Amino acid sequence: MDLDFTAAQDAFRAEARAWLAAHVPDAPLPSLETAEGFAAHREWERTLFADRWSVVSWPEEYGGRGASILHWLIFEEEYYAAGAPGRVSQNGINLLAPTLFEHGTAEQRARILPPMASGEVIWAQAWSEPEAGSDLSSLRSTAVRTDGGWRLSGQKTWSSRAAFADRAFGLFRSDPDTPKPHQGLTYLMFPLDAEGVTVRPIGRLDGKPAFAELFLDEVFVPDEDVIGEPGQGWRVAMSTAGNERGLTLRSPGRFIASADRLTALWRERAAASGTALRDRVVDAVIGARAYQLFTYANASRLAAGRPIGAESSLNKVFWSELDIALHETALDLLGPYGELADGAPEAPAHGSWAEGHTFSLAGPIYAGTNEIQRDIIAERLLGLPKGRR
Amino acid sequence: MRFLLDDEQREFGRTLNGLLAAAGTPAVVRAWSAGDTAPGRALWARLAEAGVFALAVPEEHDGLGPLPVELAVAFGELGRHAVPGPLVETVAAAALLDRLDDGDVMRTWLPQIASGKAVVSLCAPGANSPYALDADACDAVFVIDDDTLRVAEGHGKVQASLDPARRLARPHGGPVLGRGPEVIAAAAHAADVAALATAAQSLGLGRALLARTVDYARQRTQFGVAIGSFQAVKHRLADTLIALEFAQPLLYAAALMLATAHPAAGREIAAAKVSAGEAAYAAARTALQLHGALGYTEELDLSLWIRKARPLRDAWGTPSACRARVLAP
Ligand SMILES: Cc1cc2nc3c(=O)[nH]c(=O)nc-3n(C[C@H](O)[C@H](O)[C@H](O)COP(=O)(O)OP(=O)(O)OC[C@H]3O[C@@H](n4cnc5c(N)ncnc54)[C@H](O)[C@@H]3O)c2cc1C
Repeated sequence: MDLDFTAAQDAFRAEARAWLAAHVPDAPLPSLETAEGFAAHREWERTLFADRWSVVSWPEEYGGRGASILHWLIFEEEYYAAGAPGRVSQNGINLLAPTLFEHGTAEQRARILPPMASGEVIWAQAWSEPEAGSDLSSLRSTAVRTDGGWRLSGQKTWSSRAAFADRAFGLFRSDPDTPKPHQGLTYLMFPLDAEGVTVRPIGRLDGKPAFAELFLDEVFVPDEDVIGEPGQGWRVAMSTAGNERGLTLRSPGRFIASADRLTALWRERAAASGTALRDRVVDAVIGARAYQLFTYANASRLAAGRPIGAESSLNKVFWSELDIALHETALDLLGPYGELADGAPEAPAHGSWAEGHTFSLAGPIYAGTNEIQRDIIAERLLGLPKGRR
Repeated sequence: MRFLLDDEQREFGRTLNGLLAAAGTPAVVRAWSAGDTAPGRALWARLAEAGVFALAVPEEHDGLGPLPVELAVAFGELGRHAVPGPLVETVAAAALLDRLDDGDVMRTWLPQIASGKAVVSLCAPGANSPYALDADACDAVFVIDDDTLRVAEGHGKVQASLDPARRLARPHGGPVLGRGPEVIAAAAHAADVAALATAAQSLGLGRALLARTVDYARQRTQFGVAIGSFQAVKHRLADTLIALEFAQPLLYAAALMLATAHPAAGREIAAAKVSAGEAAYAAARTALQLHGALGYTEELDLSLWIRKARPLRDAWGTPSACRARVLAP
């Protein structure tokens, strides 16, 4: 057992750090949940891609560096330590790409992955529906067979980034007559500007259109945009869900960087803040470190050929609660300045605690609510009996 | 980087677990609490045979160590089985003596600690307590006051702890074994080892509490179904597991950093100590709650685990002291 990085890993870290120091924009980009900010972030993806930093763990043929999961973790640590912008293409990179690697065809990978890596095509996830949230299998939107493809109809909702994104991937009911709701679903991709698609942006708590509702009316999708076998959509989608909750959606680097910023903020205000706040700062620092080490252990486990299954639910609950604790503590340290929105003339330096706080509050809801994750932990990791659901 | 126990380390843990499960520790704990230390000493000898104490003693004094990662593994198992006695204090004393200049003192005590012949206790500033644990059951009690190390000549009356298996007494008097900055540095090192071992013990304790409670929740029925199928019960157990799982890597990292004398080792040990102590205490609260009134009885062996959680959380570094250390510049 050791925590040492190899010389090659250290060199990789140094290379990433130098590149980021030279390229991270001096002033923060506008929020990626605005049209202007979305465009600026898309441009940043292009910059990352040009030097092969946008998808380091992908094979080289798709624009990556074929890097190991540990290298990816190192890159993420450097990325967030450098204060680099949020990743506007994360839905595609973290959710669709792993699915294509596992279930897609060679043609799909060649066609879809490079423009995803460059930010030219930004993807939205269209899973949720107004009547299908935690119980995703109750979804009702349909895919009906037609010449050379399928026609999609129905309504999707809460689709992150869909207000400005280019394409979406989601689950549709292709066989209405199956005995079980998880059967007869098909996983498909479609353009958000296709005929029959209406995108209605939805403002989140701070008013920014961070997600959207999608209305689909007989939208044509060719056969080549089906992922996996028709009717097998649930199985295909669930492998994506594991990725989302597991290692890749929220890398520890992000929390380590936030904890460092929080510590700096505390040191600045230590005299004015009592031990109660100090303890919360420490607990956030410890939490970030615990998450980092837990992830190193998982990465080592994967490298040793041992899979991670329901354990990814432990991760999801942990980081989402840690994120809220980090941001709430920062707002408390900021006192009266805590309520100032990012961009308000006297909004505090030290990065965007206000927007970060708003975003953190969604963590226990998206990627499978924490209630559902706790059920998974209790039933699959602890072996408790299934209850009514 | 390979942040995973290797096969040998895992096997060591499994072996100890098997040994302790077969030893029927609840009876040993109850005897120890009642002042009958013979079964405890017998178990101590078997643990020594398995190599537990040698892990804290360097090879030139008949030990195998110091091996902090293996110590963490061992103390996890000792905690899982609620083994009584000054286990932490003995390995911390070994760490202390190992750092002294005095060859005679080392030659006298270290081989005896490694072989399990000497059961010793330690009263040092890092514990922030005036009491020595199990002084009445020990072969020696080492005491550090400022820069002076003594071996106590006696102790006051044994005072009851909330955990009856912890026997507390004030040591007094005794010849001076060492003095000076060297003693202060050795005491700080010993306190680090003690905090690490206590954290490991807490984690093992917490895991045992969780396992027993999960078993109970699967088998106890109310309203016609197992209580473990109720979401309020499930979620509390899930949170218990999360806290334990995320404290574990902090513990191993702290052990690794102690092994390499990393400059941030103290901070990492403190972080592990808070997390493990709090996770185990929360596990005890959950165990108590989910066992209903049964959990509030001393007849049930579960009580032996429940009552340990709080003292271990506070021994060798309270959460508050550890938190201060994490943020110290
Ligand atoms: C910021 C944000 C971004 C999102 N992005 C996307 C996206 O890009 N694509 C997409 O498809 N979806 C997205 N979602 C939707 C998200 O996946 C759903 O919100 C989530 O699955 C919960 O569904 P729901 O909102 O319908 O809540 P419901 O399922 O209606 O749940 C409401 C409450 O009831 C609880 N509950 C429900 N069932 C149970 C149960 N069995 N036991 C205990 N409690 C239960 C839930 O935990 C929750 O607290 C996003 C959501 C947010 C907040």
